[in-house]
This record gives sequence, structure tokens and C-alpha cells, in this order.
Amino acid sequence: MQITMTVNGQEYTRDVEPRVLLVHFLRDHLGLTGTHWGCDTSNCGACVVSMDGAPLKSCTVLAAMAHGREVRTVEGLERDGKLDPVQEGFVACHGLQCGFCTPGMMLTARWLLDRNPDPSETEIREAISGQICRCTGYENIVRSVRWAAEHPAAAGSEVPATEEVTA
Amino acid sequence: MQVPAHVEYERATSVDHALALLARSGPEARVVAGGHSLIPMMKLRLAQPEVLIDINDLTELSYLRLDEGDLCIGALTRHAELLASPVAREHFPIFVDAERVIADPIVRNWGTVGGSLCQADPSEDLSAAFAAVSATAVIQGPDGARRTPVREFHLGPYETVVAPGELLIELRVPIRPGGGSAYEKVERRVGDWPVAAAGAAIWLDADRASPSVTEVGIGLTAVGAEHFVAREAEDFLRGKAATETNFAEAGAVAAARCKPVADQRGPADYKRHLVAELTARALRRATARAQGQEA
Amino acid sequence: MTATDERGTPVGYGRMTRKEDPRFIRGRGLYIDDVQLPGMLHGAILHSPYAHARILSIDTAAAEAHPKVRAVITGQTLAGLKLAWMPTLSNDVQAVLATDKVRFHGQEVAFVVAEDRYSARDALELIEVEYEPLPAVVDARRALDSDAPVIRDDLEGRTDNHIFDWETGDRARTDEVFAAADVVVQQDILYPRVHPAPLETCGAVADFDAVTGKLTMWSTTQAPHAHRTLYALVAGLPEHKIRVISPDIGGGFGNKVGIYPGYVCAIVGSIVTGKPVKWTEDRSENLMTTSFARDYHMHGEIAATRDGRMLGIRVKVIADHGAFNGTAQPTKYPAGFFGVFSGSYDLQAAHCDVTGVYTNKAPGGVAYACSFRITEAVYLVERLVDILALQLEMDPAELRMKNLLRPEQFPYASPTGWVYDSGNYPKALRLAMDMAGYEDLRKEQAARRERGELMGIGISFFTEAVGAGPRKHMDILGLGMADGAELWVHPTGKAVLRISVQTQGQGHETTFAQIVAEELGIPPGDIEVVHGDTDQTPFGLGTYGSRSTPVSGAATAVVARKVRDRARIVASAMLEVAPGDLEWEKGRWFVKGDPDQGKTIQEIAFAAHSSLELPDGVEGHLDATCVYNPPNLTYPFGAYIAVVDVDPGTGKVKVRQFVAVDDCGVRINPMIVEGQVHGGLADGVGMALMQVIAFDEVGNCLGGSFMDYLLPTAMECPSWQLGETVTPSPHHPIGAKGVGESATVGSPAAVVNAVVDALRPYGVRHADMPLTPANVWRTMQGRPFRTDLAIT
Repeated sequence: MQITMTVNGQEYTRDVEPRVLLVHFLRDHLGLTGTHWGCDTSNCGACVVSMDGAPLKSCTVLAAMAHGREVRTVEGLERDGKLDPVQEGFVACHGLQCGFCTPGMMLTARWLLDRNPDPSETEIREAISGQICRCTGYENIVRSVRWAAEHPAAAGSEVPATEEVTA
Repeated sequence: MQVPAHVEYERATSVDHALALLARSGPEARVVAGGHSLIPMMKLRLAQPEVLIDINDLTELSYLRLDEGDLCIGALTRHAELLASPVAREHFPIFVDAERVIADPIVRNWGTVGGSLCQADPSEDLSAAFAAVSATAVIQGPDGARRTPVREFHLGPYETVVAPGELLIELRVPIRPGGGSAYEKVERRVGDWPVAAAGAAIWLDADRASPSVTEVGIGLTAVGAEHFVAREAEDFLRGKAATETNFAEAGAVAAARCKPVADQRGPADYKRHLVAELTARALRRATARAQGQEA
Repeated sequence: MTATDERGTPVGYGRMTRKEDPRFIRGRGLYIDDVQLPGMLHGAILHSPYAHARILSIDTAAAEAHPKVRAVITGQTLAGLKLAWMPTLSNDVQAVLATDKVRFHGQEVAFVVAEDRYSARDALELIEVEYEPLPAVVDARRALDSDAPVIRDDLEGRTDNHIFDWETGDRARTDEVFAAADVVVQQDILYPRVHPAPLETCGAVADFDAVTGKLTMWSTTQAPHAHRTLYALVAGLPEHKIRVISPDIGGGFGNKVGIYPGYVCAIVGSIVTGKPVKWTEDRSENLMTTSFARDYHMHGEIAATRDGRMLGIRVKVIADHGAFNGTAQPTKYPAGFFGVFSGSYDLQAAHCDVTGVYTNKAPGGVAYACSFRITEAVYLVERLVDILALQLEMDPAELRMKNLLRPEQFPYASPTGWVYDSGNYPKALRLAMDMAGYEDLRKEQAARRERGELMGIGISFFTEAVGAGPRKHMDILGLGMADGAELWVHPTGKAVLRISVQTQGQGHETTFAQIVAEELGIPPGDIEVVHGDTDQTPFGLGTYGSRSTPVSGAATAVVARKVRDRARIVASAMLEVAPGDLEWEKGRWFVKGDPDQGKTIQEIAFAAHSSLELPDGVEGHLDATCVYNPPNLTYPFGAYIAVVDVDPGTGKVKVRQFVAVDDCGVRINPMIVEGQVHGGLADGVGMALMQVIAFDEVGNCLGGSFMDYLLPTAMECPSWQLGETVTPSPHHPIGAKGVGESATVGSPAAVVNAVVDALRPYGVRHADMPLTPANVWRTMQGRPFRTDLAIT
């Protein structure tokens, strides 16, 4: 069947089997490999993208269900060459190690900050509670989101050089 | 990652269209809303429907409103919407308690109230919550709508009274003054299915010093309670004083009567213990809310 | 003193953001499943539904007839190529695809190659296998019973499930010490089977070019060179025609060390079809078939005087190795480095017996940040110490403080022959106690106990031995555990460092650049770190056992110093002075007593390649190589304190607070060190409270998905409070010790000790992991039960 969806602001039309999962559509059919997958049971969140403004585990919907909708992936966080404050925060605060959970974490963080610009540590932990990280112990992910909250207008395509992380 | 078997896909544009598609597609068709129960089962090939009918465009089924003395919840209401709803929180905080511990924030954006009830997993928190408040399910078929008490909605694990050509469209919860409700769950980790859970809705008489229970509903999750209800415990408590002793006894009755099965979440006697403990806690909190002592 | 450039980035050690981050935050990492090659096909594995069964027949006709299937490979196919069995890292053999029997639930039985991953999955259902189920060995403690089914009848002369017996320490001396001791405490302690579960599963893209005879093997491997050599030995392909590329890896944790059947099948698939073949496992395959960790059934005893002087430790272990002995550890160490079970204390004697057995479970054992079984050893000793404290009615901090090794005792030869390089243990424990407010916590606990509330405080003090290892003591399949580094400085002063270890998130592209920066004064931004491609990097045994910094980090420092020494000679020619007249400050050689007369490393680099006349015998370049054979292991250590609250009505545990003081010697990048510790502490919460790969009575694996193999989320983890002490390693060129596994090693005992402490009013002495609510409740009831077997 033919499906059309807007991904990161660009419209795509492709012919797919109805059963193709959205995560595979994005990765294998559109070549957007920034969205990852890590489990079989919708537990890990490596596949999180944003659909119609809300985070979604893209391994748990068919691409057909996203027909006519707007999807944003990690590749679309950057706008006009400028990194999102969330992306800058993750670099500044060492919020990533292997990078595999990072796209999903950042998209959820972006969604949280859009609705709650000054989240507490508890609110941040709750927002990412459906996503697993095996490397960071979550500490620096929380700090990265706080950094983005505190630097909402951070602009520029250069990543920050050093960050004194206060305990 | 595991992937589904071949399936056909249709997208419904209205309730009538959905019913027509169901009629045309036959018994091997399944409706998909949030899909967060069905699609994982399709990936593991435990479910292999021939046709999926996507009802996500049926926004007319997504609402939370008061109507004729009932709190009316459209079947397509997302878990996140029920969790955030001020009108739900005001009248039935049991739903807020339950939604807070269902899955995770991302799944809650997409999973629907109707979808969860129709999935009919014996560990589904909302089934017990809706049973505790004696809700009514409104089911639309080709010949019109019918109503069934939620306490008769589930026939068994993964089986409901919704027939192949029908669609659950609404849940209605009668609002009565003087009530409070609460939900208590134990899980091994955030987002896990419950080891056991209990929901309580309680109405007290006007005696502020030593109130009695005029009406009570107790729902139990994941412990094999028939229709998710602790009927004997409700019968015990109805009419009695709203005291710790009676709550504990109600919990004991609920524990004795349920039928938990040992699994990786725990042995049967632990689950029974939890039923007793959590029933008492839910009753306690529901009572505190009925008396305006707790948010 | 660290100099910084104009953006504040240190030129050398210090906190700096990572050079690798720009691609990851843009979703531009290159992980195995991102690899797309022209004409690439997809492989999928059919797994056994039984833990133990004879294979009566396999019918692949229907699968082969599927229009999108290009090949179906079975054990028979591989047997024809002599590839049905492959050697393991422990001198055993493992089935690539089963031939006669299946020996664990999930064992690989057939491999399908199809045009896309969906068709490959469909085709698996078309393969018909007839099995004759056999009784299974599920309980390691029963594996040597006389009536236990023999699993490895593929091995000639096998009549039981015994793999090895191994011991270390002085048995006679230990028995003497125990016999004379005032107090002996003993306890059965299980470290259950768990799994590293990196977020990215294992996978490979095998691309065999029949014309050139070259195999390019993209795979998730922490040890690309070791894999290359093993493929050459096993598959008979010439080693110079094999290229292993380990691109970005989404977490390793020891899961990505071994060679898995899927890799071999992908290679065969590529040879057979003439196309690249990608195989990426799903999560259930990862959890059910790839290298598990731990599964040590320990019986430990500790002897002491009645006033709390620890005298000795004695332990017997049954080690469950699964159906094939596939543990990745140095040859002479079948129980890895378990020998450090004597811990951080001044003991008179210690002895252990370890018996390895086969069971009908997946192979593995050494994985998951274990530092080669040090996780098991530390957990054992720290649990025993707490049980001793309970017996003696002594505070566990006081008992430890009384027995910790003193700084003046280093280097310390332990009763099992390990030479701990350096440490100030009491200082670290005191710091942790101060950070946690230990005395106040005990007061709070007393008050809460009065009210019937269950609050627990748990301490864990650990020493681990990492950086394997000196050639004369250690090898894996005969390959010495040295690692190399090559440094080239280009004419314009930019540098390329090629190393043999492979990062899976530890930040090597940054930290190794920082080592070079520290030694040479070239900014890290001007240093490219190349790793993971065997065509572009020197040989080495790879990343695991926290060995990157101790071994490759050392190699990097040594190679940078070689370049610096060469630069001195070139500078002396430039400045027309003798090399001995030059002094170094970071980034330049200058004339002693005349600091304005100097040359920067960048100027020297250009000059080295210029027409400048150099002394006889000195070649014109600033390049160097080094293969570092470590003289000893390094010994990071730490003191951890966990505080928990337990709900007495439900058994639910909440970790309220966690203080971790780590000493990993010199810290190259404190930000990265802290990140490593944070990650390992989460492992402790996970293993202590929720993680287990359990089996039912017929050997079905019950931990095959993230619905049952539970991993901690941000909600279960508290905000970690970190502290540090710095005791440099005396033998390491930069004094660094390595830290990647420290927190995973030290944290589980802290959490378990805390929970047991919380349950003291119930008379609890010990409880096995995982301490799920049900298990805590059963412990409170005083009922014995197994956490690793079925539903008991």
C-alpha cells in the first residue's frame, strides 16, 4: 500500500507492506537511522520518535498508522543548522555515552520542556521512565535536561566546550 | 526486533465506517487504536489478525465529560488524557491513581482506555478501576448501542462481550455525592504489570464522627478475581463502620476469595497477602478522600 | 597544572566534553544495523524450543521454496564445511548450528538468508524440526548427581557434566586458621544468572568478496583483532584477507566479546550467496543465547576473633557455565579473577574451590562488567563481612575499618597471590561515611525502628584487579594480552592515534586524545583517535575487564613519550643545541636557561618532514609505535554506602540514597569517570532488586524479554553522590587504574547489605538477589527459596 507522511518537515511517499513497523520505515525505507530499536516488547524506548507532537515508541505502530501524520526524529531536532538546547545540554553535561538511547531521550526531553519549561528532577525522571539507558545511570541525562531548561535560547551550531557540572 | 506476519490495513473515518469495515472483514479482523497491546502481540506472532482496522481518526470517541450524572469517557481517550483530567480527578481519583502506574508516559500518550479494557488482560489496572466504580460500557453495533455493566464486560482472559462486529465507544461512571476512591498497586518495577493491585470506591453516610459505608466497590487486578471484583469483601463492608478493623477484615475476605496464580511476579500466598494489604490501603485512602482529608 | 585552550578545553587531563558527541546527538552514529551495503541480504536464526532434545529431522524445503529466501543453512550444511562446531574462548567447542542435539532453550538450529528481514522472519516458520525432548539439567547444584543426564555427549568419553575443578589459596593454612578461630560464620550465597543487556543487541554484516578473497566483517565486537585472528584459525581464511570493523557500538559490557553463531552463519551465508549478509539479533535472542553473566553458587565462611579481627575466608563455588564452556577469560584462570575474594582486608589465610559444571542453559559466564568474576568475589566477601558484623553485634563500618588494609602495607600480596599495587582504604571509607552522614543515618534508623519502619544502611568496600595482563601470566587462547598504539604527527602538527581497544561508550575518542595532549601539548581537538577497524589499527586483545586505560592508555602514554623524545632530537637540530640542553614544558622544547628559544611541537613536526638536516641515523618523522605488556594488573577500589527504605506491608524496596567514593588513580577526564561510575551504580540497583535470568523446571528460559528481565529506570535510581580519592598506580605510566567496571563490582553488595540491614527486626541474616517485593516478603517470613529457579 502507498503511504505518505511528513518527517522532519519533508513529505515522503512510499510503497510498503501494511505490516511494516514505523521504526523500520524510518530506518530502512527513508534511511533515517538515528532512530534505533533495542527490544521486542516496547519496553526500552530506543525507538522513540515524535508523532503529531507527542513522543511515541515507533516500534509499536505500523507505518500505515502514521500515514498523513507528522513525525519528527532526532535528525529533525536541529533547525537550520542550529542545535536544539537539548542536544547542547546532552553534550555539555555528558548525558550520553554509547549514544544508543540518546535520540529517544532527547525527543522526550524536548516534549517535556515544551510543556513544562522548568521541570523538577522528579518530573524529568518520570518523563523518561519508559526508556532504558544502560550506560549513564540516568544522572547526567537528568542534568542535561536541566541544562536545556536553564539555557532555552542557547543557539549556535557549535557544541559547548566545557561544562563545570555542579554536584 | 521481532516483526508481525502479513496483515491487511484499513483506516476508519467514522464509527459507522468502522462497523462497516468490521462487518466486511469478518471475525479475523481487529480494531487498533493505540496498538500498544495488540501490536506487541502481533510482533511476537501471538496474535495474527487478517485485517487491522485503524480507528485513531475517530476523534469523536475521545472525550471526558459529564452527562446525565455520569462521568463519560470516550473509548478513544488516551491514558495520558485520563491521567491529566481535572474532572476525573475531582470525581474519581481512582483513575488518576491507576493511570499514574500504568505503563510509562510515552505509552500513555497512545494507549487508549477502550483499547485496554478490550484487550482484557487479567493484569489490566483499568479493568479493576472501572469495576470498582461500577461503570457501564456502551457498545455500538450495526443495530445501535447497548449497555453492559463493566462488571459483566470481561468473560475471561483476553475475552470480552464485545462481539466481532461491535465497537466499545464509551464508559460511563455514575457520580454520587459523598464518595472517595483510590487505587494501590505493587509492581516489581515502574511500568511493570502489577504483582497485585486493589482499587476501592467508597460512599459514607453523613455521620462525620463515625461514618458508615453506604456503598462500596472493590476491584482487584492480576489475582484471578471474577470480573475483577471482590464481591464478598464488598458485601462484608457495606453498611459497616468505616474503621481500620473493618477495612482489614474486608481485605482479608478479598484475599481469601481471589484466585492468584504463582508466576515470576510472586507466589500465590504473597499475592493474597498483597490483596489484603492493598485493599485495606485503598479503602483507607478512599475514605480519607470521601471525608475531604486528602487530595 | 592543566593548560586550557581559548575555549577552556584542557590540553591534557581535565573535564572536557566529548569529541564523539557531535555525531551521536544528531543521530549520525554508525551502529551495525545502520550499515547498508549494495545487494545486502538478511539472516535470521531458528531457535530450539527445548532445553535438551535430540534432533530427529530438519525439513527446510518449504523455507527454501519461499520466493524471497536465498539460502537455508543447517548444522548439516556447516558440518560439510567443518564449521558446525567452533572453538570457544575456554578451549571447549560450541555448536554453531545444532547437529545431533539441542542443549539449551534457544540454541541455534538453522539460519535463513532472505531479501529482507521480514521475509527472513516469515521463512523461519516454514522450517520443520522434529525433536525428541530429553530430561534437562537446570539446577547447577544437581548437575553432578549420579543420575544427571549427560549434556556433552558430543565430547569423546564424557560421562558427566563436570568441566573443571580449580582452587587457589593455601588450604592447609586456611583450615588451621578456621580451626583455631573464636568465631566462624558461614552462608550460602547465590549470585544469580544475569545478562549485560546492552541497549543495542549483537549483530554483524558479513561481506565476502569471492574475487579478492577478502572478508569484511562488520560486527559488534569489543575485540576486533582477536576476532580476526580467530576467524582465520577457525574458518581457514587467510588472516590478511580478513577485515573486522567494529563501528559505533551501543553498549558492550562484556556481551560483545565472544564470537556468536550468528556471526559465523552470516559469513557462511555471504560465501554461499555471494552477497553481504546482515544478521542482527532481536532482544529475546540476546537475552536467551548470548553471553550471560555470573551464576555462581557460593558457600562462604569467614573466621574471626571475637573482638572482630578477620582471620580467613574459605569458599566453595559451583559455577554454572551453561551447555558449552564459552567464558572469555585468561587460560590459566578458569574462575577468572575470583581469587580476589579475600577482599580489601588483612587476612591470614584464604582458600577457595571452584567446580565448573555444564547445565542445559546458554553458554557464557564472564560478562557484564564482571572484571573476570571479581563481581562475584566482591559480592561474596562483602556479604560475609556484614554477616560477621551481625554475628559479632558490631557496626559493619567499624568492623571494616578495623580490618582494612593500611596504606603502609602496599604493595600488598594477598593470601591468594595477588599483588595489590596501591591504596589508602581507610581514607576512602571515612570519606564515604562523612558524605553519607553515617552516624546520623544510624540514629535515624534507630528512631525509625522504634516506629516499626524498615530502614537499612549497607556498605560495600571493594578492590578489583583490572588491566589484564602480563604476558607471562595471562593469555586468551594463547594470545597475549598486550595492546598497542601508533601515533603519527603530521607536518602541520595534527596527530592521529591508532589504538587496539574498542570503545562502546567509554569515550576513548576523547580520553585517549587527552593522554596524548597531556604528554605532547597538542590540543585534543587536533588529535584523531582511530579504533575499531583491524585494517587501520594495531593488534590488541580489546576492551573488557576495564583494561583500556591500564593497557592501551599506558601504550598511548608510552608512544606519546617516544614521539616527545624524537621531537627533542629534531628540536635540538632546529635550535642547534645538544638534546641535553633542552627542557620540556607542555607543547614545546626550549633551551634551558633561555626560554624564549624554543620550538613548539607543531613547528617540530613540520621541521621533521622538511629539509632540515637531522643527525645521523635519525629518520625524519614524528611517528612511534608501542605494544604495551603491563607488568601487573592495577587495583582500583572504592567505598559505597546505600540507604534503603522497605515497605513492611509489601516488601517493596526504595533506594533512597547512594554514596560512592571511587579511587581509580589518576583521572584523565573526571567527567567521563563520573559517568562510568553512575552507570555501574545503576547496575547494582538493578541486580540487587530486579534482574535475574531464571529457568523453570524443564529448562525454559524465563528471562527472554524486557517484560521479565527487568532493568532499572530513572525512577528506581537515586541521584548518585560521588566522591573521590586519588592513589596513583605506581607501575602505570600515567598512574591511572581504570574504572569502567568498578561501580558494577561494588554496588550490588551495598544494596543487598542495606536491605538485609533493614530486615534486621525480622532476624534476617541473608537474602539472595534479586530482592523483588515477593522475595523480600518471603525473606521476612523466614522461608527458604531459590531466586534462580522457576516459580517456587
